[in-house]
Amino acid sequence: MATLVEKIISQHIGKKVKPGEIVIVDVDGCFVQDGTGPLAIKRLKELSLDKIFPPKKVVFFIDHASPSPRLELSNDHKVLREFAKDYNIILSDIGDGICHQIMAEDFIKPGDIIVGADSHTTTGGALCSFSTGMGSTDIAVSLAFGKVWLKVPSTIKIEINGKLKNGVYPKDVILHIIGKIGADGANYKALEFCGDVIDNMDIEERMTISNMAVEASAKVGIMKSDEKTKEFLKRHEREGDFSYIAPDNDTNYEQVIKIDGGDIEPSLALPHFVDNVCSVREKEGVPIDVVFIGTCTNGRLSDLRTTADIISGKKVKTRLIICPASRDVYLSALKEGIVEVLVKSGGVILPPGCGPCVGIHQGVLADGERCLSTANRNFKGRMGNPNAEIYLCSQATAAVSALYGEIKNPGSIL
Amino acid sequence: MEGIVYKFGDDINTDQIIPAIYLDTTDPNELASHCMEGIEGGRRINKGGIIVSGKNFGCGSSREHAPLAIKASGIQAIIAKSFARIFFRNSINIGLPVIECSEVNKIDEGDLLNIIPKQGKIENLTKNETYYTKPYPPFMQKIIEKGGLISSIDL
Repeated sequence: MATLVEKIISQHIGKKVKPGEIVIVDVDGCFVQDGTGPLAIKRLKELSLDKIFPPKKVVFFIDHASPSPRLELSNDHKVLREFAKDYNIILSDIGDGICHQIMAEDFIKPGDIIVGADSHTTTGGALCSFSTGMGSTDIAVSLAFGKVWLKVPSTIKIEINGKLKNGVYPKDVILHIIGKIGADGANYKALEFCGDVIDNMDIEERMTISNMAVEASAKVGIMKSDEKTKEFLKRHEREGDFSYIAPDNDTNYEQVIKIDGGDIEPSLALPHFVDNVCSVREKEGVPIDVVFIGTCTNGRLSDLRTTADIISGKKVKTRLIICPASRDVYLSALKEGIVEVLVKSGGVILPPGCGPCVGIHQGVLADGERCLSTANRNFKGRMGNPNAEIYLCSQATAAVSALYGEIKNPGSIL
Repeated sequence: MEGIVYKFGDDINTDQIIPAIYLDTTDPNELASHCMEGIEGGRRINKGGIIVSGKNFGCGSSREHAPLAIKASGIQAIIAKSFARIFFRNSINIGLPVIECSEVNKIDEGDLLNIIPKQGKIENLTKNETYYTKPYPPFMQKIIEKGGLISSIDL
């Protein structure tokens, strides 16, 4: 009678839990990135401990400003590198990729409780982990004691069945959901995704959905583990980490939302809010200056493959910035010839990392520019300029629109 | 605690509170000097004030720099219809009072408020009205009373 998050938390503390209960749990893994890490180290020092008792899996990531564009950030990176060395913490340095991608490839297993000092830590829910973002102080405490306090969230089940239309990708599915429930639709709650549409997705695609659960303010965006999970772990040489976890059949959810996959259209989030969602059709013809394909939402191999399939042999009419989510994604894209296709068509390939998503480097927008991006946030100023506009979309909408220099519905082309 | 209201709307995000470009420092005073810079037209918030906002205040990034910047600006408390989860937790952890109240629509810019946390009460001295706040669970109340998560840990 338990939801996925109730099962995972109960298993960690050895007794059944109910939504609303506050518990202290052992965490299986925690991480910081270069934006939040320096503050976590500062907090850790305030505790003035002789020893720390970190969880087994601790990783420091340098991915947000990577490589560093400014001396202040270079000094922050130095702090992280030195601390990691002193405390024997795994360092994921420039060129390795985005924290959420690497956590999925190398560390997270079904049933884990993972806390990360980055809001998109929800991405790990695609591997059936209770994976959630927190601030630097919480992560400092997890690093020091291997524990964290949690309020057991109530769960909203989102069931998506049916056949997706041509040109509809996982990004469209999650934008559709966020448009429906709103930017605070799941605040303090867990989202549990299920149904044929999710079952048919591979883990890369499910990660797009879990990643953006936080844009509806969810604490986690979780899915059961299955053969696809096993396949993913096997591909990353971690088959032994696999286990089946599913919610009980007769579980009481706070709410059940049923979505017909056939109703979902290629979608956009219009400036400057993620829940400002409409269909791509409604905005066809809007001119675009730059297209950005990458991030923890859509920077994976399947995203780059779709992009290459669309633009192969053609020239793009916008600036096209592509950023693989990890070294593994980059290498695979090189091996498959995807990188060559993207570069020949006019694309620029950035080193694996967050790229221009947070507006620190690698493609800050100019005044009045309009960017079509596969990222997860379009807040005013997000890409470094409050006088620019960001539209969010799938990798397919982004690629097709790059060819036309304006917003174009991929369903009409593919 | 008494203070003048600075009123904000719904869904105020952390990129508005402190844009990512300023995350190269953890110094509260430096962060405070850029606080609310991402709000259209910029926005000054002064020492001793109280922020009152709509739903989902602090949505977006996990950056603790956001509540830190607000606290270092001298803001005494934030009252909102609801807070984004991570921002709420971060604020409690650093000892910045964050108060949920369903009646924020009755409060206007410039009103003088008196917050009585122990009684779960907000008095609007300008309008002569009283509002009630959502109480914290006892576990969180303990962290708040100790001034934040770090100081609440018994070593």
